Amino acid sequence: MLIKSSAEIPSSEITPESIYLKRRQFMSGAAIAAAGLSLPSSLAFGESKDLAALTYTPAGKDSAAGFYTDEDLTPYEDVKRYNNFYEFGTDKGDPARYADALTVDPWSVTIEGEVGKPGVYALEDILKKVDLEERIYRLRCVEAWSMVIPWVGFSLADLIKQFEPNSKAKYVAFETLHRPEEMRGQLSRTSSIDWPYVEGLRMDEAMHPLTLLAVGLYGKALPNQNGAPVRLVVPWKYGFKSIKSIVKIRFTEQQPPTTWNMLQPKEYGFYANVNPQVDHPRWSQASERRLPSSLFSPNRMLTLPFNGYAEQVASLYAGMNLRKFY
Amino acid sequence: MNVPKPVVLIVSLLPLVWVLVQASTGSLGPDPGKALVLHTGIWAFNFLLMTLAVTPLVKFAGARWLFRYRRMLGLFVWFYASLHFISVWTYLLGWEWAVFLEEFAERPYMAVGIIAWLLLWPLALTSNRWAQRTLGRRWQALHRLIYIIGLLVAIHFIWLVRSDFFEAMVYAAMMLALLAARIPWIKRQVRVGRARY
Repeated sequence: MLIKSSAEIPSSEITPESIYLKRRQFMSGAAIAAAGLSLPSSLAFGESKDLAALTYTPAGKDSAAGFYTDEDLTPYEDVKRYNNFYEFGTDKGDPARYADALTVDPWSVTIEGEVGKPGVYALEDILKKVDLEERIYRLRCVEAWSMVIPWVGFSLADLIKQFEPNSKAKYVAFETLHRPEEMRGQLSRTSSIDWPYVEGLRMDEAMHPLTLLAVGLYGKALPNQNGAPVRLVVPWKYGFKSIKSIVKIRFTEQQPPTTWNMLQPKEYGFYANVNPQVDHPRWSQASERRLPSSLFSPNRMLTLPFNGYAEQVASLYAGMNLRKFY
Repeated sequence: MNVPKPVVLIVSLLPLVWVLVQASTGSLGPDPGKALVLHTGIWAFNFLLMTLAVTPLVKFAGARWLFRYRRMLGLFVWFYASLHFISVWTYLLGWEWAVFLEEFAERPYMAVGIIAWLLLWPLALTSNRWAQRTLGRRWQALHRLIYIIGLLVAIHFIWLVRSDFFEAMVYAAMMLALLAARIPWIKRQVRVGRARY
């Protein structure tokens, strides 16, 4: 047989994925340095990366549970090149330009706090115990733009059950990687964000079936700029709650601090539920621009309460003053 | 230096041409309306800084030839600021009057920006010889409004930043430096400094 099966190749001969993924970056970097060219962002480092295809159950057409919507998907290229991931810079194109520096393999997640099984777990071990499925969710950024994205992942609840939280676990806190040597935005001296980025959910929000831990989009592993290798997606909240590149999950008794709330408490709350009736202090939240848009069609649409997931999640907030708890 | 005014005009239009070309090739990204808002805004600020830089450069560097272009540069401030307003009105406010009023009343940074733009109009409309002759000394007083406009624009930019203040700080610093160049005490220091050397 000319082509060896994977079982015949000793693991010592296999190029580590992190080096393999960077090979084109090295070559294109050298060529660009030599030619003094600047490439348009579509050819930026990392676009030539081959992302692993994932094995998952495709989304069913049933939208009752909220796992599917028949709205137009935002094209893959747009999902990959328009990101808020300030760890790589504050321009929308910065993550696509610079996230290639991030090593996502090996990756482990630290589980700590009010759980029966704390520890440091390799991501691949965590993934062995769950089934991946595709979910088509709307994502609404607090900046009043939105996308429709086909994520691949599993319910956060499935992960939480693995670690046996005890009765004191009322909240789940998340933390993003802090690695300034790979995440250049974390070196910025004029950024007012205190790294690492942190977020949190109430326990019932975390256990809700809609809450997704995503490892892929459009059927392939997450591009670095989208929060590889594992990120949260909470579709009824503003996008900044959907924390990326998670390294720590902590179960707590008290409400945990969240980065944007610490930065500007009057503008970003803990709950951050999408709510057209509660304006951001600096702009209205009553409408949004569905991307991609064009100069001739702004795709402006009305924002729905809970980003259109009211049927699935409104009961979590029954009786709560959503203006006070924004 | 004697750059013909039409050349300055065409070069000053390039930022607009460039963004329209980018829009037509899809290089503005999936939210081109927002990109246009930001692009026209920063260029209005750029032309504002250039306009305010003319007098100090003339007085301190002796570049008298720059005076010819000050009016055109000033008009381009109004031009890009108006495009900026139209973009905000179209892509962020959806042409809805009710939304506009609400935003003006409830968003201080937007109100500051709108006021700065409104103040540019009397300056733009009186940017001609006829107005200069008719208004006489009042023309000079009216056009000193550009200092207030400069401050409002710097505040507008700083106020809309969400987390990384670098760009807004750099622009504010340049604005303050150009305004400080008008302070009589500063002017004297520079004159004394030049006389010594």
